[in-house]
Amino acid sequence: MNNMLIEDRKGKHRKAKQVTAVAILGFLSSVSFLVLGAILYFLIRNGASAFSWEFLTEFPRRMMTEGGIFPAIIGSIYLTAGAVLVALPFALGAAIWLTEYSGGGWWVRAIRIGVNTLAGVPSIVFGLLGLALFVITFGFGVSILSGALTLAILILPIMIRSAEEALNAVPRSFREGALALGASRWHTVHTVVLPSALPGILTGTVLSLSRAMGETAPIMFTAVAYSMLRLPNSPMDKCMALPYHIFVMATESPSYGETRNLQFGAALMLLALVLVLNLFAIVWRTISRRRKAW
Amino acid sequence: MVTPVSPIAQPAAHDVKSQKVCRLDEVTRAWIKKNIESEIIIEAENLDFYYGKVQALRDVSMCIPIDGVTAVMGPSGCGKSTFLRTLNRMYELTPGAHAQGRVSFLGQDLLKADPAAIRHHIGMVFQRPNPFPKSIYENVAYGLRIEGVRRRSALSDSVEESLRHAGLWTEVKDRLRQSAFGLSGGQQQRLCVARAIAVRPKVLLMDEPCSSLDPKASARIEDLARELSDELTVIIVTHNLQQAARVSDNVAVFMAGGELAEFGTTRQVFDDPQDPRVADYLRGRFG
Amino acid sequence: MFLFLASVSLIALAFILYFILREAVPVFRGATIQELLGPKWRPTYEAAPRYGILPMIGGTLLVTIGSMALAIPLGLAAATFIAEMAPGWLKDIAKTALELLASIPSVVYGFFGLMILSPYIRDSLGLLTGQTALTASLLLAVMALPTIASLAEDALTAVPRSYREASAAMGATHWETTWRVTIPSAFSGLIGAVILGMGRSVGETMAVLMVAGNSPQLTFSFLKSIRTLTSGIALDIAETPSGTTHFHALFFMGVVLLVITLAMNWIAEWFRGRLAKGHLKR
Ligand SMILES: Nc1ncnc2c1ncn2[C@@H]1O[C@H](COP(=O)(O)OP(=O)(O)OP(=O)(O)O)[C@@H](O)[C@H]1O
Ligand SMILES: [Mg+2]
Repeated sequence: MNNMLIEDRKGKHRKAKQVTAVAILGFLSSVSFLVLGAILYFLIRNGASAFSWEFLTEFPRRMMTEGGIFPAIIGSIYLTAGAVLVALPFALGAAIWLTEYSGGGWWVRAIRIGVNTLAGVPSIVFGLLGLALFVITFGFGVSILSGALTLAILILPIMIRSAEEALNAVPRSFREGALALGASRWHTVHTVVLPSALPGILTGTVLSLSRAMGETAPIMFTAVAYSMLRLPNSPMDKCMALPYHIFVMATESPSYGETRNLQFGAALMLLALVLVLNLFAIVWRTISRRRKAW
Repeated sequence: MVTPVSPIAQPAAHDVKSQKVCRLDEVTRAWIKKNIESEIIIEAENLDFYYGKVQALRDVSMCIPIDGVTAVMGPSGCGKSTFLRTLNRMYELTPGAHAQGRVSFLGQDLLKADPAAIRHHIGMVFQRPNPFPKSIYENVAYGLRIEGVRRRSALSDSVEESLRHAGLWTEVKDRLRQSAFGLSGGQQQRLCVARAIAVRPKVLLMDEPCSSLDPKASARIEDLARELSDELTVIIVTHNLQQAARVSDNVAVFMAGGELAEFGTTRQVFDDPQDPRVADYLRGRFG
Repeated sequence: MFLFLASVSLIALAFILYFILREAVPVFRGATIQELLGPKWRPTYEAAPRYGILPMIGGTLLVTIGSMALAIPLGLAAATFIAEMAPGWLKDIAKTALELLASIPSVVYGFFGLMILSPYIRDSLGLLTGQTALTASLLLAVMALPTIASLAEDALTAVPRSYREASAAMGATHWETTWRVTIPSAFSGLIGAVILGMGRSVGETMAVLMVAGNSPQLTFSFLKSIRTLTSGIALDIAETPSGTTHFHALFFMGVVLLVITLAMNWIAEWFRGRLAKGHLKR
């Protein structure tokens, strides 16, 4: 039959536009991902050879030109664990209040704005706060305590948001079921709501952990030491930290060429830690979302 | 075989001098009657439809006449929307959906044609009014703009004409530049009709166009469907039997499982349904 | 009790404002506002110290413009492709990838910039040093890309399906729907995404500190070394005794930085909120 019948005016031209647009956008997107892929590639290619058991478990030697990054890893663990432990109860409390008790109103709006604003504060400003508040005013000095508290404030908005999201995802019917049985509000929250929201809350915690792990600017003048030949033995001690270690080795290392390998190794280590934590959280989140049949 | 010259291929749509939206449809109509030798605009033959593995239409065959309003009815979930979405290939937006069989539109297999071109000739109005977040004017001009029409006068003539046909012109003529979201639900739905007819389709599909409207606004849409049927073919899905009785000339009744149980003139189907399930359905609704 | 816990973010915010201001205000004992906004930063030159932060503001501006010139088109293109054109499986992978990329610590980006990008720029452009505004801009662009792309993707995905259906039913091709309906409908959200990404670039410290060269000079050349507000603070503060004018001037820079980033944040949230409310007119 006549195929011209349902032909469109300018149809060819419009099809061509469609194809061109998809091609251009597809190309630009692949460029974006390729650039980012190239970064990973360079880091892995140069850093992989530094990895060894000694690298992870030994102290730096000879002005950081040999040896490992053990104290930096330990220091980072202290700082991030401290930050998460401090921030978690506050974040959880805030999220519970926002979702379970507040019932709307201007106070909630103010807190929401506060959380969003805090999330937008540049990390160096947290460093300034830590310096002025914890190091100077409270007199904690440059210490693990100051650094962990500073990082705690930094991850607070991330934790509040993710905990709130997890609590909101618990269906209303669960709460109503418990309340209808005569349970008190708090009883409902901690026997019904919190357990259902737990996977989500933990995901958020892991994400904040990885964020705190990678931050340099907030701990740079509140917690870290350039180099330490022993592990810190109290919260009032300074410590080394992986991101700062990478920074000083890259910018202040006395023998630039010789340590190239170690530097790439340290950068790769931090990257691997952060990516593994994140990937773990993302996969976990996907699984627990799928499993929930509510 | 001598290939007839299609009047549809002529750029008729922007001939602003013609007063009625589809005056030229008279010509088209005559052409179709002569060349395709029928009064059928859409013909489905053994149409099966699947959402993944779930079958939603089962061996549907019917001929939709070019004149008048055809109502599509049936219990919820029987495949009415699916059928409508097959006719303009909108089902392709649903991943995993596919149709088998043949649907001819003006003698050409619609399932094999270019979907964008098909949708140009077969317009659609949805269950809920869905104007774009643009001005009233831009909503109606949308179809012409994507066709590449740039001339101001052509655009505004067509906008006015379409709005007049949709019975909305007097209500909105002073606020064409305002957001379409400022209109009431019924007005929005008529705006969607105006938007659809601005490109002068041959067929207008309406999927429960009144279901979100109050009775008065519904009545206006019904009247509109009747009026438009002078100029184009209207296919309307409805749950409301009175509405179908008032508006339609022909009725197709689907039954659960996506089977076409009955097709005929409205009078015939309502007065003397052949299929006992259809009889039950109509009684249940009327009684 | 819970109310107190909930307010802790507000309290933290108040602490930030109070303590930063408390350390910033005494700067006026050592310098006037004109001097602070002046073009010379020479805080350790004891004969005639100068505390003008204009070079740092200029540096921040320069690298932000540079990075956005690259990150906005790439980020929006990637977002449009992922949201509108990529098949389902690719979409999931790309979204996960964006989230992972956004989580890479800035010191790692900085390290990459210092070790690989900056030597490359030095050699290919024949410069004396590869630590330039250009290097910092490129690096910041790469860093802002995942943020912009993923927020913009959210904005596009939030456009109701009914708009797309209406457009497709009019016979629009997929691209016409995207260009004429989806993108305009998501416009507020896209602006919000871009401004948030820009805010990140302004506030970024480590990457810039490592690759921008850190000369406090007022320049508009991308091939020169510059210092930004963030790197200016990070660079000096550890070695500056507290209580000196220099120290307070660094906190003053912190105030300026905070004001800029928070303003951008609020504007971005306002745009994104507008999208959520569906207040769309065009
Ligand atoms: N996107 C989809 N994916 C899978 N199955 C679908 C999808 N859309 C519809 N179906 C199924 O196809 C069948 C027909 O659906 P359809 O929407 O066409 O029914 P309908 O007659 O329009 O119903 P209603 O009167 O409620 O609008 C139903 O059983 C429905 O569950
Ligand atoms: Mg339906």
